[in-house]
Order: sequence, then C-alpha cells, then structure tokens
Amino acid sequence: MLIMIFLLIFMNLGAIIAIEAKSLLSAVISIGAVGFGVSIMFLFLGAPDLAITQVVVEILILIILIRGTIRLDNTAIEKYRDTFAMVASLIFFGLFLTFAYVAFKALPEFGHPLMRVSREYLQHGVEKTGATNIVMSVVLDYRAYDTLGEATVLFTSIVGAFVVLRRQGRKKVGQKDTTKVGIPGDF
Amino acid sequence: MIPEQEGMTLIVKTIGRLVINFILLFGIYIILYGHITPGGGFPGGVIVATGYILLMLSFGRRIALRKFGDMTASLLDNFGALAFLIVALLGFVGGYFFLNFISQGTPFQLFSAGTLPLSNIAIGLKVSASLYGVFVALAIFGKVLVGGGRAQGEAASEEPSDQKEQQG
Repeated sequence: MLIMIFLLIFMNLGAIIAIEAKSLLSAVISIGAVGFGVSIMFLFLGAPDLAITQVVVEILILIILIRGTIRLDNTAIEKYRDTFAMVASLIFFGLFLTFAYVAFKALPEFGHPLMRVSREYLQHGVEKTGATNIVMSVVLDYRAYDTLGEATVLFTSIVGAFVVLRRQGRKKVGQKDTTKVGIPGDF
Repeated sequence: MIPEQEGMTLIVKTIGRLVINFILLFGIYIILYGHITPGGGFPGGVIVATGYILLMLSFGRRIALRKFGDMTASLLDNFGALAFLIVALLGFVGGYFFLNFISQGTPFQLFSAGTLPLSNIAIGLKVSASLYGVFVALAIFGKVLVGGGRAQGEAASEEPSDQKEQQG
C-alpha cells in the first residue's frame, strides 16, 4: 500500500511538471515518467500482461514524441564521457531487468492453459452480473475500465476532428460567443 | 418544401423515407437489448448513425441538419461520455468504481443486469452522435459556401464578411 501511495505521488508530480514545464522536451519526458509509473503500478496490482503492454507502448510513444520535439539529429554526441549519464542509465537498466524478471515470473508457464480467469467468467457471469449476453457482462462489468478508456479515446478523436476541421479556428477579441460548432450561416 | 436539386433522386428519397425509420428502430433495439441478445451500445450506435447518414445522403444536408444538427451531435457526444462516467462514479454508492449497484433481477428480462443497460444507452448515444458528427465534419465543414443549394443573395451577403474574419 505504501508503494502505491509513493507511486501515486510520483505520477501526480510528473503530470504537474508535464503541464507546467516550459520546455517541450521536459514535458514529454515527464509524461514518460508517468507512464512508467503506471506500468510499475500494474505490476504490483498483479496484472503483469498489462504492465508489459504499458511498458512497450510507453517506450514507443516516448521515442516518437522525443523524435518529434528534438529538431537536430545526434544532439547527444560530445567529446568527453558523461559519467553521470552512464551510471544513471546502468541503474535504470538494472531496475528495468529486475521488474521484467518479476513480470515474466508472474505470467503463467508456456503451454499452461489460460482458462483460470475465463472459466470464472463463464461459470459465474450470469448470476453475478445478471446479463445473459456474456460479451456485455465482460465488456461493461468485468472489464469496464477498458470500455471507459475506449470511450475516452473515441471522444478525444471526435473532439479533435471537430476542432481541426471546422472553418473558423478561434474567436477574435470582442467577438460574441456563438453556439455554432462548425457550420457558418443559418440552417 | 424540399428543393428539387438537394439530395438524390426521387427513387432514393422514397426508399429512404420508408427505410430510415426501421433502421433507427433496429438500432435502438440493439442498444436496449444489448445485455440479453448479441449487440450492445457500440453496434447499435453505429446503426443509428448510419440511419442519419442515409438521411443526409438522400435528402441533402439541409433537411438532415435540421433534424440533427452538428451542435446537437456535439452536445449528445459530450452527454453520452459524461453519462457513462456518471454510471461508473455512482458505483461509489455501494463501494467502488464501476460497481453494479442496482439489483440484477431475473435473467432474460429487459430490466435486468443492473447498470449494464444504462451504460449501453450512454455508449449508444455517444457513438451515434460522434460518428454522425465526424461524418458531418468531414463532409460539410468548410465546404458550405462552395457548393450550390443556397440562395445567391445569402451567399453574396455572407461571403465578404467571412473573408474579412479570416483575414483579421
């Protein structure tokens, strides 16, 4: 429980830094820190598959975002050897290996049947949720967090489409706030 | 009165007038019975959105936007997302997030399975409004003043003011 609270404080600090940072690169790096905190939290909550997925996605997104924010190529090459950077990367590599060992140990063995969770759903799904459509009982009850995340993704993409595609981007100073979303004129 | 030029031909309009109601009814059925039969909020919402897109394709944008405007689509999208979140938050009444706090009832009844129908309705609203809205955004936004179907006087009166806004 203590490590959960510590991780929660760490992630909140990272999110606040990501919002408040002036430099875009440090904001991206703090978002990456938040994502890795989420993956460690998944690991301690007993969901190693989610932790592995989170780590992989986080690395990919971090690489893409950092490549998008850095303008020049090869900014890290310098004459002298940076001891601090080497020690820090070694430490973090060791940490990564440790957590990866924990995560892969928690996964079921290769070839072992994975019906432990789904058998529970199939046997007690109807009496616990009351839904005879087993897909709905999984999507909206057992795995409702997933559905909430998907709804959020859809919502964000639709808001992005509305904002990008509308004719007039932003209000001018002193302009009245109209209720129109994207179509000028009267219909 | 429906202008002659808007939308597709009379054949498409007649068939559309017959079919659209049933498409919407089928979508609502899929949403409401999602916890009993195959289906749910997402496919039902897609079917409802398809009905309105058919309305817009066959009768033209003027009729369709009068029935279901872009502002309404945006509002319903927001409302559906908020309603799903509120259903999730109401689980704190009994203990934790996403708790199925309403009594389950007997299986195979319409009013059963606790909060699942409510979530289905919220997702259905959200998906139908957002898919219709993104269709409107891709098809119409920024193209209204270009095509025909609008009186000349209106277009002439609005064109300069719009250009001025874009410059300033």
